[in-house]
Amino acid sequence: MNAGTPNFTTPSGIEVPVVATSDMLARADLEPPAAYPFTRGIFADGFRGRPWTIRQYSGFGSAEESNQRYKFLLKEGQTGLSVALDLPTQCGYDPDDPMARPEIGKVGVSLFSLSEMETLFEGIDLGSISTSFTINGTAAIIYAMYLAAADKQGIPRAKLTGTIQNDILKEYVARGTWIFPVPPSMRLIADSILYSNQVTPRFNSISIAGAHVRDAGCTAVEEMSYTLANGFAYVDELIRRGGDVAKFARRLSFFFYVHMDLFEEACKFRSGRRVWAKLLRERYGVTDEKALHFRFGVVCGGSSLTSAQPYNNIVRVAIENIAAVLGGAQSIFTCAYDEAFQIPTEFSAEIALRTQQIVQHESGIAATVDPLGGSYYVEWLTDRMEKEILQVMREIDDYGGVIKAIENGWLQGRIARRALERKRATDAGNRVVVGQNRYRREDQTDSYGEVFRLDPEIADKVLEKLAAVKQTRDAAAAANALDRLAEAAARDSENLMPWLVDCCHAYVTVGEMVTRLKSLWGEFQEPVNL
Amino acid sequence: MSTPLLGKRILLAKPGLDGHDAGAKVIALALRDAGAEVIYTGLRKSPAYIVRVAVDEDVDAVGLSVLSGSHKELTREVVAGLKAAGAQDIPVFVGGTIPPDDRALLLDAGAGGVFTSDMPLAAVIDELAAKIR
Repeated sequence: MNAGTPNFTTPSGIEVPVVATSDMLARADLEPPAAYPFTRGIFADGFRGRPWTIRQYSGFGSAEESNQRYKFLLKEGQTGLSVALDLPTQCGYDPDDPMARPEIGKVGVSLFSLSEMETLFEGIDLGSISTSFTINGTAAIIYAMYLAAADKQGIPRAKLTGTIQNDILKEYVARGTWIFPVPPSMRLIADSILYSNQVTPRFNSISIAGAHVRDAGCTAVEEMSYTLANGFAYVDELIRRGGDVAKFARRLSFFFYVHMDLFEEACKFRSGRRVWAKLLRERYGVTDEKALHFRFGVVCGGSSLTSAQPYNNIVRVAIENIAAVLGGAQSIFTCAYDEAFQIPTEFSAEIALRTQQIVQHESGIAATVDPLGGSYYVEWLTDRMEKEILQVMREIDDYGGVIKAIENGWLQGRIARRALERKRATDAGNRVVVGQNRYRREDQTDSYGEVFRLDPEIADKVLEKLAAVKQTRDAAAAANALDRLAEAAARDSENLMPWLVDCCHAYVTVGEMVTRLKSLWGEFQEPVNL
Repeated sequence: MSTPLLGKRILLAKPGLDGHDAGAKVIALALRDAGAEVIYTGLRKSPAYIVRVAVDEDVDAVGLSVLSGSHKELTREVVAGLKAAGAQDIPVFVGGTIPPDDRALLLDAGAGGVFTSDMPLAAVIDELAAKIR
């Protein structure tokens, strides 16, 4: 891939034709939407039947602050919640751990025990809202906590809808909130998915994510390839645990980035949808149409946003939003223009929300299914990306599979080198970033208006709440629940979910559960070879 | 490729719980290409650990990468730790998601330089070469 040369290639290095013509297409016609292999989408009526979910990622400080932000977003027309958790919660440390202290409430809300989950959803009916949690290392615990919170609200578990990210493999590669070694982590994921299939059949118990490897530097083609490879690793694990692929595949969902090359991004989703369905059918014999559906959420922005002239990011996000819609996304999160460097303010968060509403209601984009379908260029690029995606997946297989590639750091090294290429291309001006390396004004000030300030008292407040929970809970019940969790964890075949839910009900903290499991399972040893 | 950092030993560290390591890895590869010997700690290291490695490995500079918003606390702790260990002559550089207003605070807290993702790699390397003795 020649990211460094200023010719007409997509960011994945695919050479773009001056003009695409009908003779470049493998086939004259395509299946209609909702027909295998779903190139044109999984619904016959596209967004008419169900518009994509507008799901803004948000959460900061303590549960009280985040609860207020959620109520604001819901009142303003947001249709699903997306909970950002702070790093101690994500990495399994209680707020009073020395490693946690500087990070309490910084990049998300602190949810150290059920007490905080109850506060977070105070006044919000869990039976009528779908909630997405960006949680991985401690996903099984947070899911258990959500079930416990629903129990407390008196909501039947079967009514719950939402998503836990629960994708540990990409955490080892890019996002870094791993805790345990790969085998017990895969066990927790299988436990939560199999349990969720029974108990919360409308809940997506995994969202296999390419967003983070993309942000770490890889191309659109690689993003899709690595993510599908991880997806099939989970399929294999679930089958090994006795799951029925035709059944659990219905609840597998995906999550991607969308960057600025509009057509490559739209085609990435079209080809990914096709590859997933084809491989599930060819390799695993799945024929149930719903099980073959590739459902995905999208986040716009991230590393495509700039701190130079930040208001330009509003335009970038709108373009990315359009690409995601043209690709057939089921839910979309538009970044706020200041998201590249701070937690969005209420002002910037509202613009991000309004951007989606303008695209959804004013642009006419949602009126017909797959409006790009049949374009010579789009169909050619979709075919071409499918080939490239399969090629990268073969390279991973040739190495020995995605788990080996992760444990040895092979995949991480590949992505780091790709990130360096991208950075060098930007530095050289071959990848244009307006306001940063092109059309940069000498007197440009790069101001972005209101600065988000987290209440400096938050950490102390969270620590006080933790102390209060430990003081007021039934200590014997908490200790007992924790012991039973440890006993179950020592038996390889046992599903840990019921024991985690019991721990949550007993107000056992996230840190206490993780510490106990670490003593049994150890920690992941990160490969740092570059 | 020029190698202005030839002979320099640089410790690149990820303090705190932040798992975004793309920037740290890009810098590690770029500094290595510029001639430096780079030691990368991996994720989730405490300031005390970073100080210990910096002293044990007798490095010429420490680079901290923070994208979680905890750059002020973590920089202060590493600078103080190096001082307490008698290694205040090892300069500490900070990179990551640093709001413009925090740049001066970090320099006041003892950082030798502050780098953000929009800076060209060549500029980062030049600044390091000028500041690492």
